[in-house]
Amino acid sequence: MADVDETGTKPNRWHTPYLLLLPGLVALIVFFVIPLFSIAQLSVKDGGLGNYSKVLTDNSTVILRTFKFSALATIGALLIGFPLAYFIAMRGGRYKNFLLALVVLPFFVTYLVRTLAWKILLYDGGPVVGILHSLHLLPESQGLLGTDYAVIFSLMYNYLPFMVLPIYVSLEKLDRRLLEAASDLYASPQRAFRKVTLRMSLPGIFAGTLLTFIPATGDFVNAELLGSDKQVMIGNIIEKNFGKDFFRPELSALSFMLMALILAGVLIYAKVLGTEDLA
Amino acid sequence: MAAPTIDPAPEILARSKDQPAILGHGGPPLWLRKLGNWTLTVVALGALAYLFVPIVVVVIYSFNKPLGKYNYVWHQFSLEAWTDPFKYPELKDALLLSLKVACVVTIISVVLGTLIALAMVKYRFKAKGAMGTILILPLTMPEVVMGFSLLTWFVALSWSRGFFTIIIAQVMFCISYVATTVRARIRGFNWSLEEAALDLGAKPWRVFRRVTFPLILPGILAAALLTFALSLDDFIITYLNSGLQQTFPVEIWTLKKSRVPTQINVFATTILVISVVMALLGVWIGFRREKKVRQVNP
Repeated sequence: MADVDETGTKPNRWHTPYLLLLPGLVALIVFFVIPLFSIAQLSVKDGGLGNYSKVLTDNSTVILRTFKFSALATIGALLIGFPLAYFIAMRGGRYKNFLLALVVLPFFVTYLVRTLAWKILLYDGGPVVGILHSLHLLPESQGLLGTDYAVIFSLMYNYLPFMVLPIYVSLEKLDRRLLEAASDLYASPQRAFRKVTLRMSLPGIFAGTLLTFIPATGDFVNAELLGSDKQVMIGNIIEKNFGKDFFRPELSALSFMLMALILAGVLIYAKVLGTEDLA
Repeated sequence: MAAPTIDPAPEILARSKDQPAILGHGGPPLWLRKLGNWTLTVVALGALAYLFVPIVVVVIYSFNKPLGKYNYVWHQFSLEAWTDPFKYPELKDALLLSLKVACVVTIISVVLGTLIALAMVKYRFKAKGAMGTILILPLTMPEVVMGFSLLTWFVALSWSRGFFTIIIAQVMFCISYVATTVRARIRGFNWSLEEAALDLGAKPWRVFRRVTFPLILPGILAAALLTFALSLDDFIITYLNSGLQQTFPVEIWTLKKSRVPTQINVFATTILVISVVMALLGVWIGFRREKKVRQVNP
């Protein structure tokens, strides 16, 4: 980028980027960064760090359950999302865009309505329970609502497009000639897949798993609509209490802890996968 | 591709047309590959069906006449809800509010996010890394944390929650999506066109209108569509910051304690149909624009 051109005008002065950033940055600082600091501060109010240990011991089952559900939903989404993304990218041909449109279609039905649709599907006497009963995969006396399965499957459903899209993007960018090169160099298909396809789609897998896992940890809709009190997640605790007393330090501690755990997890995950550069 | 001349593996010599080069050497036998391909297709189509089934359920159940107050179990076919969609005025008001919020949020986030994307792509500056981190953070945070922290902040400022707090809350996560989308779409553009226009004596504003804006428009349209959908769809953050103003998802959440009327499905189906049409239109416009831009900026 030329700083000064021959005519003597300066199209790009040094402060131009800062001016462009200013409005958005101010908004983000005032309504995103400062609020985070404010809950951090609130979380150590009367009780200090003790609030955190109290929150951890009081809610240990819920916290573990939240991470278990989110992890299972993420793994499930990866297991079916990767083949789907691979299929669209490699075999989609001229139907690629159409298939992608189908993947994002659920977004156009409001999140809550989507989850209500799962409630209809999994209702006692609904289609899924009926099929499972006739196949004797589920005891006659048992339904699906209020079970871990219902919540995990619906979490997985709600965030599946977030898994598929980034993986698709990275597979789409993959240079097919690399696969040919691998093949020319006597790599077996499995090895070529592992060393080229999988390796090149790591950024997509990274983004996809995070975009599935993170929102799932904070979700309370699925557990509330499809679960019982045995499926309560961290989000439900925050949601149940938020109307009563916003300034209870425990609530802030719980949200801040969730955020900190996730940030730490993201950093470790990035190290493990070696994709620190998200862009 | 060129066949190796030294020590050719027998599979290469035996390779027929239906065995593309990608499959390579020393692989598993053909039947196993076929099985693998078949499994891939089945899993992919199964995943698509999994994505699809609940949507079909939403549409079908808009024609249901449930026995009780909850539209969970199929009872009988009826057009009742379609002929009387506004039976629950609070649902209609909520939907109108959702649309209004989505419009305002889209405009604000697209402007702020695009400015950030332009700064990030076109310029080199010191705080770029920090800016990137701030942009990524809202995407790596559970909505409930973001919503809750904003809520405590509004309470601390003693702002009453309503239309404006909903807008602020939604804009905060939409900016990141817009900036990321636009940034990805305009990376690698040939910005020397701007300089050329300046050299030819065009005023900066004219350069923006005639050169920069047409270049970035497809990215902006994509981001706007995404933001609109995100805003309509958002529940958690909006719910925590909405106060007495109920958007469509928030209204459903409130209603579901006493009833789940069929009208919810009617509205959801309508939104679905409208957004599919809009998305198709957007894709079409973007496609035409991009074609034009490609001619100038290959």
